[in-house]
Amino acid sequence: MDHMNPKDIIICRCSDVTLFDLFELFEQGYRSFEELKRIKRVGMGPCQANTCGKMVQWEIAKYFKIPLEEALFHNLRPFTLGIKLKHIKEGSDT
Amino acid sequence: MKQVEVLIIGAGPAGLSAADILLEAGASVAIVDRSDRVGGQLTKQTHMFFGSQAHYASKRGIDILTILFDKIKHHPNLHMFTNTTVAGLYPDKVVACVQESRYFTLQAKAIIVATGASEKSLPFENNDLPGVYAAGAVQTLMNVYGVKPGDKVLMVGSGNIGLIVTYQLMQAGVIVPMLVEAAETISGYLVHASKIKRLGVDLRMRTSVKRALGTKHVEGAQIWQLDEQWQGIPGTEETIPVDTICLAVGLSPLTELLQQIGAEVTYINELGGHVPRLNDRFETTVDGVFACGDVAGIEEASSAMIAGTIAGLEAALKRGYKIENVAERRASLHASLATLRSGPHAAKIRKGHEKLGVKS
Repeated sequence: MDHMNPKDIIICRCSDVTLFDLFELFEQGYRSFEELKRIKRVGMGPCQANTCGKMVQWEIAKYFKIPLEEALFHNLRPFTLGIKLKHIKEGSDT
Repeated sequence: MKQVEVLIIGAGPAGLSAADILLEAGASVAIVDRSDRVGGQLTKQTHMFFGSQAHYASKRGIDILTILFDKIKHHPNLHMFTNTTVAGLYPDKVVACVQESRYFTLQAKAIIVATGASEKSLPFENNDLPGVYAAGAVQTLMNVYGVKPGDKVLMVGSGNIGLIVTYQLMQAGVIVPMLVEAAETISGYLVHASKIKRLGVDLRMRTSVKRALGTKHVEGAQIWQLDEQWQGIPGTEETIPVDTICLAVGLSPLTELLQQIGAEVTYINELGGHVPRLNDRFETTVDGVFACGDVAGIEEASSAMIAGTIAGLEAALKRGYKIENVAERRASLHASLATLRSGPHAAKIRKGHEKLGVKS
């Protein structure tokens, strides 16, 4: 019996990012959610990091042996969900 | 742009309680909720609540919802926006809303954020296999829609949600052979744990899921024991034949809107994640923006109702409304909240508040 295979562990289901993908980025020195997001799109899908966010934070803390509080989270900006430009235009006209 | 006086985001126990006192004070209230059903988590809480009579003890969550909503639903100063998601919150209190394909904006004088929480997930092999559910989703399927999620379920997590959902699954005729918990002891109420133990559920402490088995759907779960560092111990694996894995591994406050509007948040693990910094009037660091309920730290519905009433009362005062016997009412609400947070199960909440530098 062995340890878990990080290639089979999905962290971000919106963008199909595995734990293995995160480990690769950690090895390259990326250690904040903001950086991981820009490179791998983790947390940029429909859930906007509401599902993967805490797992990413946990893995950062574990890998770099830092307290959870020090694992930096990403900046949150509008919108919280996808909206068609057409609908924004229609809504703004009224 | 439509102007509203007090905008409440979230029609759960906190948001509805805030609306009640605001309407009573004479304010005009708009509630936005992304669901088409009012009530938040109360819509699926078919179990009876604990606590004192003042906190709706022995009443079921769904019945408490009826009581709360019946009090306000016909009020002429209440405007409901259901099936509507707040997509953006801006510093000038402009609120971008989406109702299906309709986009519109509102501007509020004061905002109460009562968005609640989202469920945490867990990294294990094949955790994206159909049949892996979060406990809240299982509860919604069963108690709101009357749909059985599976026939044989492995429950992961022994907080009150894990324990209660296990019992409700069994009431629905679903087999729950085992519950695994990563910690050394049960984290929910012992009375719930005893009930499922008597019904034959194998409760395993210091144990977690290693992988979900199956190709197209969960056909089993491999579990393993954990060491002191929460790491799985190779060689301790066991295969449990189940078709569903239910994750009840905690909740995380939904503070994204508060962060958008520029409210200061701090990461407090004991409270579930990022929580807003609040003053004793439950106002965030942004003037006129209040927060209450799980978004301010994970607790339960009873405290969310009291916190919602406090936030509503303070927002009403801020808008210049008079509330009779305000000093006594405020004191008694804070005393109620302190009582709910005084037991051994609230130790985590008290520690979280201590880290945050606020009184429990």
